[in-house]
Amino acid sequence: MTRTPAATATAPGAVHPATPLDPDAAISVRGLVKRYGDSTAVAGLDLDIRRGEIFALLGPNGAGKTTTVEVLEGYRQRDGGDVRVLGVDPATGGRRWKADIGIVLQSGGGDSQLTCLELLRAQASYYADPRDPAEVLELVGLTEKAGARGRTLSGGQRRRLDVALGIVGRPRLLFLDEPTTGFDPEARRQFWSLIRSLRDLGTTMLLTTHYLDEAEELADRVGVIARGRLVEVAVPAELGGRGQAPAVVSWTEDGVRRTAETVGPTAFVRELATRFPGEVPDLAVARPTLEDVYLRMIGEPA
Amino acid sequence: MTATTERSLPSVGSVWRTRGGVELKEFFRQRESVVFTLAFPVILLVVFGAVLDYDIGGGVTFTQYFMAGIVAAGILGASLQNMAISIATERSDGTLKHLSGTPMPKSAYFVGKVVQVLAVTVLIVVILLAVGRLAYGVVLPSGSDWITFVWVTALGSSACTLLGIAVSSLAKNGRSASAMVTPIALVLQFISGVFFQFSQVPTWMQTIAALFPLKWMAQGLRSVFLPDALAAAEPAGSWELGRVALVLGIWCIVGLALCVKTFRWQDRG
Repeated sequence: MTRTPAATATAPGAVHPATPLDPDAAISVRGLVKRYGDSTAVAGLDLDIRRGEIFALLGPNGAGKTTTVEVLEGYRQRDGGDVRVLGVDPATGGRRWKADIGIVLQSGGGDSQLTCLELLRAQASYYADPRDPAEVLELVGLTEKAGARGRTLSGGQRRRLDVALGIVGRPRLLFLDEPTTGFDPEARRQFWSLIRSLRDLGTTMLLTTHYLDEAEELADRVGVIARGRLVEVAVPAELGGRGQAPAVVSWTEDGVRRTAETVGPTAFVRELATRFPGEVPDLAVARPTLEDVYLRMIGEPA
Repeated sequence: MTATTERSLPSVGSVWRTRGGVELKEFFRQRESVVFTLAFPVILLVVFGAVLDYDIGGGVTFTQYFMAGIVAAGILGASLQNMAISIATERSDGTLKHLSGTPMPKSAYFVGKVVQVLAVTVLIVVILLAVGRLAYGVVLPSGSDWITFVWVTALGSSACTLLGIAVSSLAKNGRSASAMVTPIALVLQFISGVFFQFSQVPTWMQTIAALFPLKWMAQGLRSVFLPDALAAAEPAGSWELGRVALVLGIWCIVGLALCVKTFRWQDRG
């Protein structure tokens, strides 16, 4: 198994550190450093997220993902580097800046004696131009739970309430921290379509997730963070050279499972087809999955 | 779809109102907090009033004496215990972090808490006075005693609210805050003249009690509920109202300083 060499140069697809901050980007980061005591959680991270895109940040626990996002959200002070979120330094962002961003945390907000509708109304009252709370409940599919107390909701309903609280202020930029953890597959599908409809409304989103299928499904671009640095930024289909990686063709011949690696799977299959009178038995063509390239990048044995 | 409009943020006052409403609903809809904070002192008053109905001298019943103590204990529960537990809970479950990521003015959170403490305190005082008067014939304060009653309650409540907010930072979550603050409150109640006459408490315990606000709240309230002849039974031989105001005022300042220094919107780590 080959390992990506330690990122001494700029990571593939990433922003070059010498490039100035992009004032038009939703998020622009140069040389972000964050230390906890002796350990360095983020070691010089550069990143630009365009307005209107969904950007997924992937990375193992402890890679600096949460720290980076919390610096962007204004929850943590950085030790070095430059950061602009919607053109403002989060370290100094006031109420007006906070009104333009929405944050969906892994917990919080919904654990309450208030009903869903009351919670959303209270949340909406903090913003200049909020969405209609009833409409937001409809959007996240909680209309029939409008009168139910936050505390009585199931895990999946609670996450949808968290998302509702995050978007009721009509944010231009939404942070989603592992939003579908604990969802069943059906709930996850519904959530994905919710995120797509938010994108259609022009909301920029920064998503962190452990689910690679989720990143592939939703993100315009993904960034992989490992050991406090951004290792690569690419569209999901191209990450880790996936687009150019050899395909694996597999079929059954004389009762034996056969496989072949090839850079020209179409020609290979055409040639293969001539050896059989009809269908090629159990024919499959596979590219490396996002998970394969991701695991290789973060340096874990696949 | 409307275009982005540059509307101004809601006024701080309107967010204060929202938070006041939120805090009232959070308190009164939670059975544990209502039972623990509101009903418990009333039950104690009913039980003590029925059992310990003896004369403490000068024709004054123990229930009359106990009235001052149980009101002080009720205020302590509505402020210190309530704040320590509820804020520790909201810090550990992420509510505080969530709020600090919104454009809610930070002051609104504290205003909401003050509204809650105020409402609960007024309610508990009214219930205790009503039960004491109707069930046990407790003599209510009259004339200028009401003024003393109001300032002792207000100052004691302020000191204990600030201390409760400060103490919340020491606990990992609501459960550990409760485990920390409930025994302390109970011990303070025993040595501060709530359950027994303060003059019967050993001197060294009186000295310890005098370091904390509850003793001074109970003493100030005794001046309201007891005839002045009983001031002679106090350790100092008088109600010491000036010292009551001074100690509670110092605790307000200390509490505020601790709050400013220790308050966190997030869990550690």
